[in-house]
Amino acid sequence: MAAISAFARRKPAGPAPDPAPASRRAGLKQRVRRNLTAHGFLLGALLCFAYFSWYPMVREVVMSFQRTRRGRTTWVGLDNLDHILQDPAFWQAWRNTLLFTLLALVLGFAVPFVVAVLLNELRHAKAYLRILVYLPVMMPPVASVLLFKYFYDPSYGLFNSVLRFLHLPTSAWLNSSSTAMVSVVVAATWMNMGGATLVYLAALQGIPGELYEAAELDGAGLLRRIWHVTIPQTRLILSLLLLLQIVATMQVFVEPFLLTGGNGPQGSTTTVVYLIYQYAFNFNDYGSASALGLVMLIVLAGLSGLYARLSRTAD
Amino acid sequence: MNRDRLLRRSVALLAAAGLALGAAACSSPGSTGGSGDQGGSSDASAPLDPGTKVTISIDCQPPVTKAAERKQWADDVAAFSRLYPNVTVKAKDGFPCEEPAAFTAQLKGRTQTDVFYSYFTDLDQVLDADGAEDISAYVNEKSVPALKDIDPSVLATLKSEGRLYGLPYSNYKMGLLYNRKLFTRAGLDPDRPPTTWEGVREAARRIAALGNGVNGYGDYSATNQGGWHYTAELYGLGGSMTTEDGKKAAFNTPEGRKVLQNLYDMRWTDNSMGATQGLKWPDLMTQMSTDKLGMYVGAPDDITYMVQTLKGNYEDYGMGPMPGGKAALLGGNDYLFKKGSSPDQIKAGIAWINFKFLTIGRGQFDYARNKTDGLPVGLPQPFFFTGASLEADNRAKAADATVPVKNYAPYLAASVPGRTEPANAQQIYKVLDNAVSGVLTDRNANVDKLLADAESQVDQVLASLG
Repeated sequence: MAAISAFARRKPAGPAPDPAPASRRAGLKQRVRRNLTAHGFLLGALLCFAYFSWYPMVREVVMSFQRTRRGRTTWVGLDNLDHILQDPAFWQAWRNTLLFTLLALVLGFAVPFVVAVLLNELRHAKAYLRILVYLPVMMPPVASVLLFKYFYDPSYGLFNSVLRFLHLPTSAWLNSSSTAMVSVVVAATWMNMGGATLVYLAALQGIPGELYEAAELDGAGLLRRIWHVTIPQTRLILSLLLLLQIVATMQVFVEPFLLTGGNGPQGSTTTVVYLIYQYAFNFNDYGSASALGLVMLIVLAGLSGLYARLSRTAD
Repeated sequence: MNRDRLLRRSVALLAAAGLALGAAACSSPGSTGGSGDQGGSSDASAPLDPGTKVTISIDCQPPVTKAAERKQWADDVAAFSRLYPNVTVKAKDGFPCEEPAAFTAQLKGRTQTDVFYSYFTDLDQVLDADGAEDISAYVNEKSVPALKDIDPSVLATLKSEGRLYGLPYSNYKMGLLYNRKLFTRAGLDPDRPPTTWEGVREAARRIAALGNGVNGYGDYSATNQGGWHYTAELYGLGGSMTTEDGKKAAFNTPEGRKVLQNLYDMRWTDNSMGATQGLKWPDLMTQMSTDKLGMYVGAPDDITYMVQTLKGNYEDYGMGPMPGGKAALLGGNDYLFKKGSSPDQIKAGIAWINFKFLTIGRGQFDYARNKTDGLPVGLPQPFFFTGASLEADNRAKAADATVPVKNYAPYLAASVPGRTEPANAQQIYKVLDNAVSGVLTDRNANVDKLLADAESQVDQVLASLG
């Protein structure tokens, strides 16, 4: 069964006898020779990845321990880390980023799921509505942001005009430190929820109809069907998307950068990635930018690891 | 661990180790920069040898959308080539001439042109990136005849530790830009703009009373521009952003407090600034060119932008001195010389800059040609000349003026001294953005607390910068 991959082979019951080094080398040579063409095809992609993805990552790690002044690059150990920890904006950026992540999970995770469930329950115009839901994703982010900037304008924006028409109190939206981040999250959710909705919808349509029929026969209403059938059946997809959402939202940059210029009122929308951008492109401080990038990488890796562990425990 | 996985991990580790070694090699000192001297004439003060063929690349050629300026550039290159047939000028166009993020990346990648455009405030960044040549020895009365008349405070912005790195292209001093039409409609005298913050506040209140979405005064408060304008306004009142040695914040003073209090009062007490804040360049110009804004703090070239890009009229805009009148923030742009340029390239670059940007009656100062080509003549910018050159420039400008020069008379008459931006300006501006956006977006803002917080944060930032 040589065609079966190593992943598919069953593990032997006892410890495998260690093959002699010579035969191991022969096996390696043989495998390389057998797959030479495949490796040749892979080489181009590997080189591209190496140069454009892996090399910059390695450079970032190196640069996070360096400083360049007057053309001289010196190793400064943990000075860059110390510098970013001294920056008052550091903790504010993390607070804002975590707040954005939390709000984005509440809105950006729940809303697409609810929309997908509703779409799934529809009998008519399903395809039309699917396109409608996905449309915002197809819009260029800058166009969406300009649209929302108009919506949010406190003087002549759409939202306040509607609120005034309904004799309800208006909001400062992006013009207040207490509402700026929520406003950014709402815009970001609208701009990005189409993709998540379609993924959920695909997962929902994969659930066997018999399960719903059985639940209905047992007298389950809509909410209980969702709770006992839909959610358990889509748990894997939900888990995966939750993790992706956490990783993506913690790296938020475009929406606050375009909606509020980055910092927002009193720094209320400064995010970690925007701070990295500022270090690099406003202050020409690549060392600090790299150090902050490294901190972010460690935090995200830690979160992903923790999440994976919790998932395994739950299983 | 099975053998396949072991193989894959070994390959990955080897690849990572190889990359790390490669990265370390690439980042080793001395592997990136040019050495500077690549042969050619060794005597820096000697004129360019006409027998040596030399090619220079230079950016900030006007884009095709600016047809008149582009044609002038081409004509000037042709005229320059007749004077210096041995020099080839390769131009690279772009608008704006510098986009900060791209500029930073270019410096890092060493992809800037031989002679490259920058802002006065970029010099430290360029020198940190080892991106510019010291041209002190090349610049003298022979290579730049008007050198003795260039304002020393302008040349000072292009020097570091006494060495000269660039030549000015244009400069500005900030002042109060105002919409003359709205002044007239509000019953204010358009020939007498306010010169104090009390006057600005009163005028703003009267302009805002016109209604229909018109704001009396506007200010930036995002992308570090809030801090930039705070600095300009503080200078006007005679304050400083940092101590002499640049190591501590120095703006938590009565003057610093007054800047924030003025903004707070106009925004919340008088309601003359409108509810839409978080503005950044060019939002205020857009508002003013559509007659929705009465006044803001800016530079003379904003007027050109409002006319050429936003289709406003020169007659509608006036300029007065910086309120307070103690000092005005000075800024501008220049040309630097890429590290590794040969002496002949530096000499050729200086010759071109002198021909195009530093000679009265020629290049950018050929006012008769500007008038013929429909370009504005008479704006108070650039104005880096003093003495005989300034007098000659003023005479030539007056003779061919196409814009209403009297609209800028209050600005020119006040003659407020110029003052450069503080060291580590962007880091400081970032902190002050929060204070400015605070007073403009929070009715309950505590000016004293905002200022004290900004002071301690700037102190922290400056201490960590060493």
